Amino acid sequence: MKRVSLFVTCIVDQVFPEVGIAVTEVLERLGYEVDFPAAQTCCGQPALNSGYPDEAARVARHFLDIFRDAEYVVVPSGSCASMITHHYEEIFEHDAERAEQIRRLTPRVWEFSRFLLEVARVESVGARFKGVVTYHDSCHGLRELGLKAGPRRLLANVEGLTLREMEAAEECCGFGGTFSVKFPEVSGGMARTKIESIRKTEADAVVSVDSSCLMQLQGVMRRAGVPIRTLHLAEILASR
Amino acid sequence: MSDRPTEGFNKTLDDPRLQLAIYSATKRLMDHRANAIEPSRLPDYQQLRDHANHIKKHTIEHLDYYLEQLETNLIAHGGKVVYCRDGAEVADFVLGVARDRDARLIVKSKSMTTEEIDLNDGLERGRVETVETDLGEYILQLAHQHPYHIVAPALHMTRYDVAEIFAKNLGVPNEVVIENQTKIARAVLREKFLKADIGVTGANFLIADSGAVVLVENEGNARLTTSAPKIHIAVAGIEKVIPRAQDLGVFLNLLGRSATGQPLTVYTSFLSGPRRASEIDGPDEFYLVLLDNGRTKLLADPEKRQSLYCIRCGACLNHCPVYRKIGGHNYPWIYSGPIGAIITPQFHGVSEDSWLPFASSLCGACAEVCPVKIEIPKVLLKLRAEVTQAERREGRGGLERFTFVVWAWIMTHPKLYLALARIGSKLAPLAPNIGPLRNWAREREVPRIASRSFHQWWARRERAKPHPQ
Repeated sequence: MKRVSLFVTCIVDQVFPEVGIAVTEVLERLGYEVDFPAAQTCCGQPALNSGYPDEAARVARHFLDIFRDAEYVVVPSGSCASMITHHYEEIFEHDAERAEQIRRLTPRVWEFSRFLLEVARVESVGARFKGVVTYHDSCHGLRELGLKAGPRRLLANVEGLTLREMEAAEECCGFGGTFSVKFPEVSGGMARTKIESIRKTEADAVVSVDSSCLMQLQGVMRRAGVPIRTLHLAEILASR
Repeated sequence: MSDRPTEGFNKTLDDPRLQLAIYSATKRLMDHRANAIEPSRLPDYQQLRDHANHIKKHTIEHLDYYLEQLETNLIAHGGKVVYCRDGAEVADFVLGVARDRDARLIVKSKSMTTEEIDLNDGLERGRVETVETDLGEYILQLAHQHPYHIVAPALHMTRYDVAEIFAKNLGVPNEVVIENQTKIARAVLREKFLKADIGVTGANFLIADSGAVVLVENEGNARLTTSAPKIHIAVAGIEKVIPRAQDLGVFLNLLGRSATGQPLTVYTSFLSGPRRASEIDGPDEFYLVLLDNGRTKLLADPEKRQSLYCIRCGACLNHCPVYRKIGGHNYPWIYSGPIGAIITPQFHGVSEDSWLPFASSLCGACAEVCPVKIEIPKVLLKLRAEVTQAERREGRGGLERFTFVVWAWIMTHPKLYLALARIGSKLAPLAPNIGPLRNWAREREVPRIASRSFHQWWARRERAKPHPQ
C-alpha cells in the first residue's frame, strides 16, 4: 500500500479540521495509507509575505526536517503547496544543503487535486453532492501550479453536482495573508466584488482548493448575510 | 511599514461612480487584450513574451554598449544627444533651447517620462507656454491633475466631468457628447500645433542600430508634435533602448495588444534626426534627451533590475484587483498599479511610502499578463524584506518583528504550538478586538477556531484504532 504524508496546513488544522478529515477519507478510499506527522505546524508563508524571510526559513527548515523523507506529501492548499515547491528554494538560496533537500523533495509534494489526477490518476472518486456549486480559482494554485481544468474535472465527476461558472472566477478574493489585515478596506472591497460574481451564479456553494480564500469569502458573506456555503474541494469529494 | 493613506483609500472606495468608472474601463481593456492575444489571432504570444524578455534582459545587461551605439547613429543622422541626470537638468535644457530660439509655445505629446519629472512644472519658470496635446492629458492639464493610469490618463473621468472642465476653462457651452468634446479640443489644439515653436515627446523605443526614436499613438498628435514645430525634443529613460530595428516587431506585437487590445496602434512613427534636404517635412533640429533620474541605481541589483524592462503598456494595472479598488491617485507617484509598486520604492528608496510593496495580495495577475514577463510578485517580496531590514536599521517596526520571531519559535516547537493552539481556541471568542483581529473583524466575521483541531482528531483516531496483536 502506498503511503501518503499529509501536511494539513495550520489554517486547516486550527480552523477547518473538517477539510483535513475529508482529505484523509478520500485518500483512504483510494487505497492510500495516510500518515500524519504530528510535529507539523505551518509552511512559513506568513513570514515570507510579510518581509521576514529569515523567520520563514526557520519554519521551512522545520517542515523539511519532518517531511524530507516522505514518499508523497499531500497538501490541501494551492498556496501552501506552492510556497513549498516554488518559494523554498529561493529562501534557501544561501543554504546549499537545504536547497538540495527541497530540490529533491519538490517532485513528491502535491497539492490535493493534482495528486488525485496525476498520481492516483482518478477523475471520479465516487462522490455524490446534490446542488449547484461555483468554483473559485485560488491565485497561487492557478498561477503557480496551473490548477484550472483539474479541479473542475473532479467536480464534473461528482454525481448530482452542477458546476456553474462565475464571471470572474480568476479574480483574487482579496485575502493575501497579512494583506487582509494590513489593508482591510481594500481586501474587503476585493472580496465584495468577488462575491458579486459568486452571487450572480445563484450557486448553493463556492468551492476552492484553498481554505484561506474560503475563510475570507465566508467571513464577508456572513457579514453581508449572503447564504452561500463555502466548501473545500475535498469536502465535496468526500461526500457520498 | 508606514501608514497607508486610509483617507484616500476610503474616498475612492466609497465613491460608487468612481468605482464603476475604474472597474468598467479596466474590464474593457482586459477584454480587448484577451481578445487580441487569442491563439487564433496570435498563436505565438507566449514565445513573443519570452523573446521580449530575453531582448530586454540582454539590453539592460549591456546598456552602456547600446546607448553608445544609439548615440553614434543618431548623431550621424544629424540629431543631438543630451544626457540628463534628473528632471531639473531636463527642464534647464528645454528652457535653454527655448530661450536661444526665442520660443513661446511648446506642444507636448503624451509621455510618462516627462510626467515622472514634472516637466510642465519645471517649464513654468520660463516665459513659455506648454500645452499637452493628447486628449486625456489635455483634459488633465486643464484640471491640474496627474495621470490616473499609464495608458488611459483620464480613465477616472466621465464625459460629464470633461464637459465641466471644458466649460470652465475654455469658455464653451456645457457639451456632453464625446464626439463634440473631441471637436472642441481639436479646434484649440490645431491652433497650438500651427503656432508651436518646439515639440516635446517621450519615446516608446530607441533603436540602437538605426539611431531612431519610435513613437506609438492613436490620436496623431505625436505625429503633429514631431513635424509641425521647427524643433523636436524627445525625452526618454535610458532603459528604452533596444538593440536592433528587427527587434521592434516583437515589442510592437505585444505593446498595442497588451495595452488596448490593438494589434498595432493607429500610428507608429520612426524618427531619426531632423528633416533632410530631400524630405518635405520634419523639424530643423532634433534632440534626444536621455534621462537617468535614478535608473542607474536600479541596474545594481541583478534581480530587481528587471523592473526596467517595462514598456508601459498598463496591462498590470488593468488586471490588478488592488488598482481596480484604489485607483491611480492613491499611489504615491505617477506610476501606479503593480509596476508602480515595484519601481517607486526603487527610485525613491524603500523607506519612503513603505506601505506600497505590501499593498498587494500577491495574486500574480500582473505577472501573468506582463508582456515582458517582469516577475512583479517576486520583486514585491524582495522589497518587503528590504523594508523590514531598513526598519530594523532605523529602529522601527519592533513589535511586528518581535511577533514574527516569536511566531517562528512557536512554529518550530510543535508541542508549544499545540499547547498554545488549545489555549487560543478557548480565548479566541473573547479577543476579537486586539491588533490584526480587529482589522479582520472590521470587514468580515471572525472564523471560529475549531473546538477540536485536526491534530486532536488524528490523535483520537489513532488511539481508537485496534492495535495489532
